[in-house]
Amino acid sequence: MMTHAEKAGIFLADVERADWHDQTLWVIRKKRDKAVGCVPEWEALRENASKIKEHVLSNLDTYLLQFEAEAVKNGVQVHWAVDAESFNRKIYSIINSYNAQKVVKSKSMLTEECGMNPFLEAKGIEVVDTDLGERIIQFRKEPPSHIVMPAIHLKREEIGELFHLKLGTEKGISDPQYLTAAAREHLRKKFLSAEVAITGVNFAVAETGTVVVCTNEGNADMGVQSAPVQIHCMGIEKILPRIEDLGIFIRLLARNATGQPISSYTSHYQKPKPGGEMHIIIVDNKRSEHLGNGAYLNSLKCIRCGACMNTCPVYRRSGGHSYNYVIPGPIGSILSPIYGVNKYKDLPFASSLCGSCANVCPVKIDIHRQLYSWRQEISEKKLLSASKRYGLKLAGKILANSRYYNFFGKKMRWALNHLPRKVLYHQINVWGIGREFPVAPAKSFNQWYRENHKKS
Amino acid sequence: MKTDINTKVGLFIPCYIDQFYPQVGVATLELLMKLGLDVGYPLKQTCCGQPLANAGSENDAKAIYLNFVDNFNEFDYVVSPSGSCVYHVREHYNILEQTEKVIKIRQNTFELCEFIFDILQIEDLRINFPFKVGIHQSCHGLRGLKLGVSSELVAPHFSKVHRLLEKAEGIELINLDREDECCGFGGTFSIFEPDVSVKMGIERIRDHKRNGAEVITATDMSCLMHLEGIARRNNEKVQFKHIAEILNQCRL
Repeated sequence: MMTHAEKAGIFLADVERADWHDQTLWVIRKKRDKAVGCVPEWEALRENASKIKEHVLSNLDTYLLQFEAEAVKNGVQVHWAVDAESFNRKIYSIINSYNAQKVVKSKSMLTEECGMNPFLEAKGIEVVDTDLGERIIQFRKEPPSHIVMPAIHLKREEIGELFHLKLGTEKGISDPQYLTAAAREHLRKKFLSAEVAITGVNFAVAETGTVVVCTNEGNADMGVQSAPVQIHCMGIEKILPRIEDLGIFIRLLARNATGQPISSYTSHYQKPKPGGEMHIIIVDNKRSEHLGNGAYLNSLKCIRCGACMNTCPVYRRSGGHSYNYVIPGPIGSILSPIYGVNKYKDLPFASSLCGSCANVCPVKIDIHRQLYSWRQEISEKKLLSASKRYGLKLAGKILANSRYYNFFGKKMRWALNHLPRKVLYHQINVWGIGREFPVAPAKSFNQWYRENHKKS
Repeated sequence: MKTDINTKVGLFIPCYIDQFYPQVGVATLELLMKLGLDVGYPLKQTCCGQPLANAGSENDAKAIYLNFVDNFNEFDYVVSPSGSCVYHVREHYNILEQTEKVIKIRQNTFELCEFIFDILQIEDLRINFPFKVGIHQSCHGLRGLKLGVSSELVAPHFSKVHRLLEKAEGIELINLDREDECCGFGGTFSIFEPDVSVKMGIERIRDHKRNGAEVITATDMSCLMHLEGIARRNNEKVQFKHIAEILNQCRL
């Protein structure tokens, strides 16, 4: 598997596309700034949201059981899944119990995380993603490159071409309104014939047993209202204690994600519709492991707004697919290692630690600190390459001793001034890719000081 | 001035400034002396240890941390022309045993601009600097030490660096399209992710040049080393000066 750095290199080789990607996401970051700037109490909202989430994570057992009890009272069937595999089996058995073949699904990162679509498709079930961006990448057989805007890596011309092939739109036409109308017509048929509707969950309210789903396209509602069976999939961390807590999060979510004052649809699902059936599947999939690990527990506060991606200068310039994990960008880089620290060991290093992510985070996750902690853990587990490990050990010895340090500093400056360019800028010199070395002075500050100030 | 005459200031010159940019060390020393301080430079100092810790080898950096603590133990304040190194001492020396010495050093280590602004409480250094200047707000200074309010936050605009520079005679501080985006240096990030790192730097330089900067300055020479290296590779005509070199025009 290629590392993030290698994939980023390939992404950046197409300069025009890379610049376009960066600028597109930067515009969203600016829209976000404008929207949140209109809320004078914004920072207080973040603080409150963070506190509520911390409270929930400290009392998760109680709230989950309360949520389940309330949901059951409402006539909902509640299921629990310990990991991705048991989630997939569970959802299949629910679908199978209705002899259903046709499923529509609105956006759910949890189902991506668990690999639900391929699992169900292998069992002969048709799963149609109904979020426009998700449908686009489903046609392309690609994973999402962003958690809120899954097809943000594609230009409209590419979508025009794709829809021409998949939906028979006129070749060469990439007018967004025309393409959206074609998608709408296509999806309308899928909604009408759906036997089961699956949705993700943005928030689950413990005191009422309600799940809340926010979409801009109304596709969750279209699915739930047309199919006789509705299944809502949520991670254990989605809980909020009270319905009144929800307001804080609704105010934060859309403004921070896209700069809208509110999502177009904020839907509350509380009980089955007349003649219908409603299921909720509550999934752990290693979240409780996170919960038991103080250093990273905080990352479970995430409400998946995607703002850390939009602001991240590395994400913008490497694209979501370079991260090799279903959730890209800063938050993905602190969530992924728990699913395989060796597999995702390059991700905590795919950051300049600028800290912008933590500043936009609506629930104040200290993302940059966690990236730093993961780096320490990865190094302690000896997962860095041997050259890095021994190089760092050697540097540690030199930098801890002023005599070694001054000696090697002098040698290094001499080398920079005397070695031929083709030696200095040999391809193993990574710094030299795109950069010159500093011009080395004859004397260090230390030498200068000894000569000029020592006596005074 | 809010320090008394016996205040002893230890000058910490980070490794890369010591080796590559001695003039920045000289400017910092001269400036602090002009401001009437008793400045000492411990000769056995080396580095704050950040390069290792940033790459995940915090444990191998401990000996460097201890060397820092030993060297600066005797001072009332430690002042350094680097926001990033200061941030490292304050934030990450938490892995050392928190002895009185260590606690004192973590509390009393300051970046040059914040030392002048917060401790000495001087804003107008009576500088003459007739150039169009772009300020690169280094991330660890801005978001770590909170030398200013970063653009992500909903709070009144504020920047200690701007406040110190804006009173300079003849200076024109330019506005950037992206006022506080990272330059892409990021310590070992510049080596682990060279393509993204260089790309970020190229765009920072373009932003400054597009908006008319003749001089790009920052609290951190590491950012400028990276940007200057890119500019020289691409024959970009723009000057780089550490903020200490500008503030040292001080005529107080």
